[in-house]
Amino acid sequence: MNHSNHVVSTAITPESIADSSLVAPDAVADYALGLGDDALVLAHRLGEWITNAPELEEDVALGNIGLDLLGHARSLLTYAGSAWDRSEDELAYFRDERDFRSHQLFEQPNGDFAATIARQLVASAYFVELYRALSASTDATLAAIAAKASKEVDYHLDHSVQWLQRLGLGTEYSHQRMQAGLDAMWPYVDELFREDPYAGAAGDGAVDPRTLRTAFDATVPRLIVEAGLEVPAVPPARGGGRSGVHAEAFGPMLAELQVLARAHPGASW
Amino acid sequence: MNALLAGLTRDELAVWDIAATVVDPEVPVLTIEDLGVLRAVRLDGQTVTVDITPTYSGCPAIDAMRDDIVSALSTAGYADVRVRQVLAPAWTTEWMSSEGRAKLEAFGIAPPLQDRGGGVVNVGLGIRCPHCGSLHTRQLSRFGSTSCKALYVCQRCQEPFDYFKAH
Repeated sequence: MNHSNHVVSTAITPESIADSSLVAPDAVADYALGLGDDALVLAHRLGEWITNAPELEEDVALGNIGLDLLGHARSLLTYAGSAWDRSEDELAYFRDERDFRSHQLFEQPNGDFAATIARQLVASAYFVELYRALSASTDATLAAIAAKASKEVDYHLDHSVQWLQRLGLGTEYSHQRMQAGLDAMWPYVDELFREDPYAGAAGDGAVDPRTLRTAFDATVPRLIVEAGLEVPAVPPARGGGRSGVHAEAFGPMLAELQVLARAHPGASW
Repeated sequence: MNALLAGLTRDELAVWDIAATVVDPEVPVLTIEDLGVLRAVRLDGQTVTVDITPTYSGCPAIDAMRDDIVSALSTAGYADVRVRQVLAPAWTTEWMSSEGRAKLEAFGIAPPLQDRGGGVVNVGLGIRCPHCGSLHTRQLSRFGSTSCKALYVCQRCQEPFDYFKAH
């Protein structure tokens, strides 16, 4: 993730050369940091599948989806960091657990393949609505990152839906595993659509996640039912990821993500 | 003629021509001009600015392309070279040149299907096998060896091949 001095990342158009436009306003940076953390944490979890997926094509697929998400994380963290003069690497590798603002869904352990598909289904459907709305952000940089991400997360959702149907409508055993995966992930759906403590201050630069719930509810439950599965009736988890509250599994995951950069600060290859 | 060249000075066209020699490290038959990744060049005194746009958000090739642009222009005598990543408007395979599409096919990668005009029904059209030309092909995996490709197999000649996804 090292950038040479030659590069000014997150430039928007050839016309917006003014350097001032590349520094995120503080409120927008605070909001973007949460989105960047979401993408980074999920990218890391997907990366854990490489060499472990049920077939080679899925190693490649989950790796590719993770790579797209890592790209979103890099753009968002770079932009957030511009407000505080911190690089994407400093934000990714040198913050502690309580400083991460990612929703708890994304840090959930991979479980079996069906649980990962359930997590990815919810995540992709959320990202599709989020980035579609954020493309209209009054912050030009966030709007550009979102417009680019929109095209990618559409494709990710398609991948999850295909597996949802294949497993849900497959054998009795695959159906049972897919349902268990949905049941395990569903408590973390609610948090995605609660008030974001940083969105309000960013005004029309941000998206209020509460406005995205209707579209999510109009899509995902229908997809689940079409796959012969049941929408889980489980109470929501307490949440609090945006405020730095994380599940037990988050710490070990973060340690693995950060260990190299902390053991060898500034290392490159 | 490439519309992006309109309005460039003669000196800027010279810069463009050098930057346009840089190839995609993962698909080395394509230059960044063929791909539509090279968007603009500007010459401001001694400073050269080159704008490129990433194909996919996480594509690692963009870093190699950036370094290669700096290297190509430095070798040509430009001392102060800046490469900017432009995110908007987002890259699309519609920007790939017809030369690029032909080169891809000759290299054994099926070029992206072109936009059919935004009809109501999104029908997946047959992907032509770059080896034997048959349309009797099947998708093996929606994700391939790089972000921009999917994996197909030809049902006629039995050869697997990469398809450069329409994006």
